Formats: sequence, C-alpha cells, structure tokens
Amino acid sequence: MTQAEANETSCQPVISARNLSLTFQTNDGPVHALKDVDLEINKGDFVSFIGPSGCGKTTFLRCIADLENPTGGEITVNGMTAEQARKARAYGYVFQAAGLYPWRTIGGNIRLPLEIMGYSRADQDTRIERVLELVELAGFEKKFPWQLSGGMQQRASIARALAFDADILLMDEPFGALDEIVRDHLNEQLLKLWARTNKTIGFVTHSIPEAVYLSTKIVVMSPRPGRITDVIESTLPQERPLDIRDSPEFIEIAHRVRDGLRAGHGDNV
Amino acid sequence: MGWITTGLIAWAVGWQTNVWLARRPKTRLTRLIIPIIFGLTLIALWECLVRGLEVKAVLLPPPSMIAVRFATSLNILWQDLVQTVVKGALTGYVMGCSAAFLTAIVVDRFPFLRRGLLPVGNFVAALPIIGMAPILVMWFGFDWQSKAAVVVIMVFFPMLVNTVQGLQATDSMQRDLMRTYAAGYWKSLLKLRLPAAMPFVFNGLKIATTLALIGAIVAEFFGSPIKGMGFRISTEVGRLALDMVWAEIVVAAIVGSAFYGGVALLEKAITFWHPSQRG
Repeated sequence: MTQAEANETSCQPVISARNLSLTFQTNDGPVHALKDVDLEINKGDFVSFIGPSGCGKTTFLRCIADLENPTGGEITVNGMTAEQARKARAYGYVFQAAGLYPWRTIGGNIRLPLEIMGYSRADQDTRIERVLELVELAGFEKKFPWQLSGGMQQRASIARALAFDADILLMDEPFGALDEIVRDHLNEQLLKLWARTNKTIGFVTHSIPEAVYLSTKIVVMSPRPGRITDVIESTLPQERPLDIRDSPEFIEIAHRVRDGLRAGHGDNV
Repeated sequence: MGWITTGLIAWAVGWQTNVWLARRPKTRLTRLIIPIIFGLTLIALWECLVRGLEVKAVLLPPPSMIAVRFATSLNILWQDLVQTVVKGALTGYVMGCSAAFLTAIVVDRFPFLRRGLLPVGNFVAALPIIGMAPILVMWFGFDWQSKAAVVVIMVFFPMLVNTVQGLQATDSMQRDLMRTYAAGYWKSLLKLRLPAAMPFVFNGLKIATTLALIGAIVAEFFGSPIKGMGFRISTEVGRLALDMVWAEIVVAAIVGSAFYGGVALLEKAITFWHPSQRG
C-alpha cells in the first residue's frame, strides 16, 4: 500500500481513518456515502480529494470535522476522536460558499471565531491584521461582505479559518463557484500560504488540474458506494509556478488521476 | 353650484400639477411633494363637495370644521393621547413584544414547546378581540391597565410567531460553521441566530404597532375613565359631535404613522445588511 510507504518516511499521521463507513438512511433505502475508507494524512501534507459527485469526498471531509457521524470504522484527528478534535478546535473549515455573516464587517467576521474562542482583544486585532495580509485583503477590514466580489469573500473566509491556532485546514470545494482566472490566482496564493504556515490541508475538488497543481497527495474516489480507488503521491517539486501545468510530469499525474476516475466509474465515462 | 365647480377646478389643478411634476426629473423634493399635493387636492375636493352638496355634518363634516375643532380641543386631544397611546398602547406594546421575544427564545430551545405552544398560540390569536376586551376590563379595571392587557394579547402572538421563525432562519452552513468553532448554545444564539432573526423580529414589531393602537382604542369602548381616544370617539358619536370624532381619527392616524415609521427607522439602522434594506 502506498500509504504504508509514506508513513515510514514521516512521523505520526495527523488524520487517520480505518474502515470508515457512513450509511445514510433515506426513504429510498440506505445510501452508502462511504464504505471501508482507509487513509492516513501526515503533518504538512496537502491532500486533495477528487471524484464525481456522490463519491463521498465532502462526506469524508465532514467526518474529519465531526460534522457527520460515521456509522462504522474509526477516525482519529491529532490522535483524538473527531469530536474531541473539534472541541479542541483542531481545524479551520472553509465551506463551498464564503458564508460570511452580512451584519459583520470583514474584520468582524474574522474576529468571530476569536471571540468565541476567547482570545484577548489585542490578540484579536493583531491576528486579523496578519491573516488579512496573508490573503491579500489588507485595507478591506471595515468593508461589509456584500461590498466585495465572490473571490474576495472566499479569501476572507479562508482568512477566518486561518485566524486561530489550528494546524489543520479543511477546504470543501472552496473555489468551485469562482471563474477560472480567479481560481488560478487563488490556487497560487493558497500554495504560498501553505508553504508559509506549514498547515496540513485537506482539499475537496472536482477539478483535475486543481488537484494536481496543489497537492502532495491526491486521493481519487468513486461513488456507489463512496470509496477510495487510488492514492497518488505527487512527484512535483515544492515550488510550483502556474506554468508547471504544461510540464510532462504534471500531465502524467493528471493522466493517472483521470484513469483512476474512469476505473472507479465503470463503463459510464 | 359654485362649491362643486371650485372643487372640480381644484381637482383638475392638482392633477395637472402632479402630471407636470411627474414628467420632470425625479428629485427628493418631487418625491415628497407629489403625495402632498395629492392629499391636499383630496381635502379640497372633500371640502367643496360637502359644502356644495350640503352634506349634513353628522354624516361627514368638512375638513375645515374638523381642523377648527382640532385646534380648539388640543388639551383634550393631548390628554386622550397620553391616556390611550402612551399608557395603554405603548405600555402594552413594550410588555407584549418583550414577553413574546423571550418566550420565542424558550420555545425555540425546547421542541416540545414549539409543537405544543405554537398551535395553542394560533388558536388564541384567532380569538376575536371584541370578545376578550370586556373580560379584560373586568379583570384589570377601567383604567389603562386593562387596555394594556388587551394590547399585550393582541401583539404577543404575531411577535412570537415571527421571532420563532426568525430564530430558525439560519442555513445549515452557518450552523455548521458555529459547530466547527465548538460554539455552545448561547454563543451561537448571540452571535449567529439572534442577528439573523432580526429582519423577522422587526416584521413582527411593525405588525404589532398597528395592532397595539387598534387594541388600545377598541378596548376603551368597553369601559374606561372619562378620557382616552376610544372613550372620546364612542361618546362623541353619541352626542353627534362628529367633528370631534374625526379630530381623534386624525390624531390616531398621525400617531400610528409616526409609531410605524419610528420602528421602520430602527429596523433600517439594525438590519442595514439585509438585502431588502440595502437597495
């Protein structure tokens, strides 16, 4: 198994799932959103989850975040159960939509988790300033979300997830609703941010180039039941300019991802 | 015949002025002045028709007569206003709305209450105020206390239903976000659910302003000390002094609009972020 090899070269996994299953009971009978998923994510990894809709990639991310309760198997985050990890505020979560509160300014939205977690007022201010700089939104602190473009809102929501001390960042198709140009730019920024903060990132996407460009590890998933069909360790260097996407290495990895998606999908593609 | 012709001329002039104003580029001034001209035209037409057709003052007094009565009875009108609006309506409004707001938070916390109390609430809200008012007058006496009680009952349930609905207005993503912060019940309530509920709360508060005024006036028909707008209306009708009745109606209209407008202004200040207020 590729994960096992990866484990030998690094320390204790940050996130570890064993035989993880989740079955939703619906009126049309049980739906197997996840079935026997095994995965280990190490510290500092940038892991992308890719697959067609219904493959359980978002569900898996939500299991890590303790937003869903698995019906079988086990998952640990930082060596704790997912619930303990959530209560210890182990991760920041970025949703598909920015979900900023319209009655709070951008600064106020970033302050929200800090208020809830009881950071001192002075500490809140310095953190807000720092993360706004990190996502290149310095000077927009006093604007309201609805005065900003979609891309800027999403950057603000990333800043909100970075403001407190969680070393895991979970992102659920954060750039899915944005246009290609904005997305490229944000991808580039995200890589820089990851290099600077040394966070462990779980990233759900349905874009092959996005997954290959960003990740150190690509998890290919397939639906009915939701399961992992391939785990690809990226051979791309740490430093990734946008035009790396034209390199033969990049195209080869993208090919392997596409093959994995096709295999998982049977004859439908 | 002269009065009727004057009335029609006044109508035509007002109409033409507004048509002319409406064709000009829109400014704040024209937006304000067009309805004013329209209102004045209506009053002029009313005055002229009542005089021209010799309508009896008992049926419809001319506006000039109402105005004279209004100007000469300022003391009584003020005294009635304090009795009915300030003591009856406002007290009841504040008590009823705050009680409903707090109840909504409790109801929202316990699903059992939501399923049990809300249907009962709808039932009580459907009770005709005409039936309840005499009973409350018996319970709380002739003075403003019984009027406030009627108002409390009238505003309580619209306010309750709106607030409960508002507290459920957050979407699942916003709630998930609070969960990822491991925020407890009170923190999510204060930082997410109450602010999100504000547009609904103000909807309830605005509906309640009108209900409060109606409740306080109507309740006085069933017994009151010798002051109050409802008392004045019912006794002056008995004395065929319709000009006084109309003067009270003018007061009620002005107070009602000001009350509603004040709440609407507060709403604009607090829910400035809501799409309906941003435009």
